[in-house]
Amino acid sequence: MRILTGNDLVTGQVTWWTGEGWSLHVDEATDVADKADAILAVEQAARRVNGAYAIDATREGGHVRPDHIKDRIRAIGPTVRPDLALAPADPADRDWVI
Amino acid sequence: MYRYDDFDHGMVAARVDEFREQVERRLSGALTEDQFKPLRLMNGLYLQLHAYMYRIAVPYGTMSARQLRKLAHIARTYDRGYGHFTTRQNIQFNWIELKNAPDIMAELASVEMHSIQTSGNCIRNTTSDQYAGAAADEMTDPRPWAELLRQWSTFHPEFSYLPRKFKVAVIASAEDRAAMRLHDIGVEIVRNEAGELGFKVFVGGGMGRTPMVAPLIREFLPAANFISYLEACLRVYNRYGRRDNMFKARIKILVHEIGAAEYARQVEEEWAHVKTLGLDPPAEEFERIAVQFAPPPLDPEAPDELDLGDPDFRVWVDQNIVAHKAKGHAIVTISLKPIGGIPGDCSADQMDLIADLAERYSHDELRVTHAQNLVLPHVAKRDLYTIWQALDAAGLATPNLDLISDIIACPGLDYCALANARSIPVAQKIAERFSSLERQRDVGELKLKISGCINACGHHHAGHIGILGVDKKGEENYQLSFGGSGAEDASVAKIIGPGFSEDGVVDAVEKAVETYQALRDPGERFLDTYRRVGLQPFKEAIYG
Repeated sequence: MRILTGNDLVTGQVTWWTGEGWSLHVDEATDVADKADAILAVEQAARRVNGAYAIDATREGGHVRPDHIKDRIRAIGPTVRPDLALAPADPADRDWVI
Repeated sequence: MYRYDDFDHGMVAARVDEFREQVERRLSGALTEDQFKPLRLMNGLYLQLHAYMYRIAVPYGTMSARQLRKLAHIARTYDRGYGHFTTRQNIQFNWIELKNAPDIMAELASVEMHSIQTSGNCIRNTTSDQYAGAAADEMTDPRPWAELLRQWSTFHPEFSYLPRKFKVAVIASAEDRAAMRLHDIGVEIVRNEAGELGFKVFVGGGMGRTPMVAPLIREFLPAANFISYLEACLRVYNRYGRRDNMFKARIKILVHEIGAAEYARQVEEEWAHVKTLGLDPPAEEFERIAVQFAPPPLDPEAPDELDLGDPDFRVWVDQNIVAHKAKGHAIVTISLKPIGGIPGDCSADQMDLIADLAERYSHDELRVTHAQNLVLPHVAKRDLYTIWQALDAAGLATPNLDLISDIIACPGLDYCALANARSIPVAQKIAERFSSLERQRDVGELKLKISGCINACGHHHAGHIGILGVDKKGEENYQLSFGGSGAEDASVAKIIGPGFSEDGVVDAVEKAVETYQALRDPGERFLDTYRRVGLQPFKEAIYG
């Protein structure tokens, strides 16, 4: 699947395109198929996202997993600071990142 | 320490107002990101993996307690309770919101700090010896000269859009503690045969994609011509640097391509003109700066004797304390490398504690090192035990200065948008593998440096052992190199062979260390043994 990610303009937080808006949770990302460029143009012009781009990802069960390690780390937070992670600091939740 | 004059205050205050307006225009949509990005970068504000990152300059690594307390306040108020000290003696905050950046800049200005020119193709923060003004082996305090450079280079109209970024280091001792020859310009303060103060000038060093040790461009530059000569160095670079290719745009490429002798000739030619322009400040101006770096009022009666009855304290003294120029005093390195910790990270509470110690015991001075540690430069030996107890209670008394666990590591893929692989977990695993202090001390001085990409912020080229993280078909992979040095025997490390997984590189490092221990002659460091025996025995041990 193709999903969109970027950073919130004001806070800089990592966000994911849900089809209706931008979420902090990668699992809420939606497949944009071949519509990435059109969505990004509108959303960046509206200042709802900053530095956005499209990436490949895989849906596994109820979860969305970015294919590249960089975006998997972006989805959760620094692997060396689980206390700052977006998800609960449960090591099992982070197994898919690396 | 240098204190801002009215001009400094006015200049920074004007930049705060300007930046506040720029941020407001970005938030309102009046500026696009393409328009705003170069403006925020000029003020040290990056967009990294998880948030905006704010880089703040610590000029030549010198800070006061008040300034460190302000950084602690910023960490608590605007970030997530910690900061990261970098290999360029700066500090970075990783979780900044854009709307808060102007307020942070205003807070910094209130303690005579800023983030200007910590990014962009301009002259960056001038770095120096972290022991400046205290080292027993220095010829003079290099910081007044570094401060002169700061004033010359800040907002320099001709050098605000150079072909690439530009880094200068200034030292004043034969022992190089600032990786001077791995800078675009490295300056060593010396005296000539007549006893006159001047400079050896090295140009064209650097790490990154094409590591080079800077060649000597001028054997002796009279002190009075410091600024005009550097102006000429920059002018030649600005004119001929490769703006057509960002990977070849650093001055090291220019110097390498035309040759050091030809570059020096062109600088001399340019300098013949530049030195007629009146750019060199009058001696009184330098004195105005220099007097602010006068030695602190140290106690001449401070005793040299030290009670080393506590064995843990004794180890810390052996490892983390170096000689001060004044009797009865010492220089303390505070390790930011606890075993399993994140190299260079410091919590707000730790910053406050260190600020208190600097104020009470180090004449209100502290330093940031390019190896990502902090230093109390002027400590009476009689206070060492009290300081050690306070540091120990805060997890800041790891006695590992220059040992294998005193690892330089860039933020890597855990934080950095440019990185290809994580650096910090590798550093943590190596430190844990060698967690036995007895083992580390038996190994002795071993400078291990890790970068998460070819830009080499983790100085892997200058590591006795260097590790470079790369992306190999979407997987993290680590190249191992040996034989680098950022010291006075500067050299660039050589890659030893195929790369490793994260765990594999830790095993390889251990085999390299064991090989060194088996082969070393008495008194040899890892680097010495490697240089004597060459790569082959290490390669055989690691690859079989």
